[in-house]
Amino acid sequence: MNTSNHYDVIVIGAGPAGLTAGIYLSRAKLRTLIVNEGVVGGQLVLTHEIANYPGVESISGYQLANIMKKQAKSFGCDIKANISIIDIALSDDLKKLTLSDGTTYTSRSVILTPGGRSRTLGVSGEDLLKGRGISYCATCDGDFFTDKEIVVVGGGNSALEEAVSLTKYASKVTIVHQFDHFQAFEHAVREAKEHPKISFLMESAITAFNGSEKLESVDIQNLKTGSVENFKTDGTFVFIGYLPNTEFLKGKIEMNQMGEITVKPDMSTNIKGVFAAGDSITKRYRQVTTAVGEGTIAALASADYLHSLTAQN
Amino acid sequence: MLYTNLKHIESASEHAKIISENENVMVICGRMGPMCIPVYGIAEELEEEYKHVKFCDMEFDNPQSSVIRNLPEVRGFMGIPFTIYYKNGKVVKATSSIQSKAQVTAILDKEFAVTTNA
Repeated sequence: MNTSNHYDVIVIGAGPAGLTAGIYLSRAKLRTLIVNEGVVGGQLVLTHEIANYPGVESISGYQLANIMKKQAKSFGCDIKANISIIDIALSDDLKKLTLSDGTTYTSRSVILTPGGRSRTLGVSGEDLLKGRGISYCATCDGDFFTDKEIVVVGGGNSALEEAVSLTKYASKVTIVHQFDHFQAFEHAVREAKEHPKISFLMESAITAFNGSEKLESVDIQNLKTGSVENFKTDGTFVFIGYLPNTEFLKGKIEMNQMGEITVKPDMSTNIKGVFAAGDSITKRYRQVTTAVGEGTIAALASADYLHSLTAQN
Repeated sequence: MLYTNLKHIESASEHAKIISENENVMVICGRMGPMCIPVYGIAEELEEEYKHVKFCDMEFDNPQSSVIRNLPEVRGFMGIPFTIYYKNGKVVKATSSIQSKAQVTAILDKEFAVTTNA
């Protein structure tokens, strides 16, 4: 065995849950590797300001994530970011991870903290026209659509609140939603419904984005009748919820229908030695503080598990 | 303010100096938002590996970033960051909105390929 590639614990994901686990494990002198497919910090780095993290009056998510990363590294935690996972084998006592650079790592315990991401529509033209009329962030790109007619897709709190905020720029906002009712809170629904610039296409879905250099129109299907209308628009903002990054774990670990990992109170999963924490587990509240708490529990439970293995031998 | 670890370009004159003094330059022009931060993070990760490329950022809301916002190559762009790749001071590629590491490295490897003598 190549000892340099063998760790006590491998943590998949470097958001607040994964970094916290890394801090606790490394500080306990357990050799720990964190592997992250994206930028270190996960969804945390995308948060403009955090004002409800106890002990810190106000900080950007980017800065908080960088402090967590620095802490983990200072205790000796190894971090590999922006790298793809090719394969992960969890069922045996010795877990095995293969990365896109061809390297293979092993460990006795794994903590899964892959987090989540915004859902995309996945329809024709979406990849091509992203940044050319299709956006997923109102505060980032709203001002490009000053005096333009735009579409907002979704029916949750984000969709309705962002639709209202986009009326600062756009001359007209059409909300396209697949159901006949909204999932958003009543006050958000009321504010959108009362806004003179906002109109609604209910029980409808975008089936294609059209345009070459920039978005020119969308195809909208009426889900009741099946008819498709070509709808001229300058921009489309998509807010259709959240997706856990657990596709690579399908069939390897117990998950619910939403693809969220099922965990017990000690963050253990149905596989021995495998724990999970953060936004990718089954839970109601997704906050930095809850992720940090779960990361702590998973790290302590993982350390206990490793000690129990040592005691057996 | 962009609180990244990249070289910050503060003015049009500094921008002109950097692209004239460096053969390969990548400039990410954005804000501290969810579409931009991942691209800064990728650039920070790649700085060590791509030593022949100068990685920089510039605030989108700095009026002097008009040197980027007014480029013909960004016409039609409606998503930040605007990421511009310069070879010998000339724009060779420009992208709009968030990009993956694979997308960025594909551009770097194509446009800023290192030529070696046999």
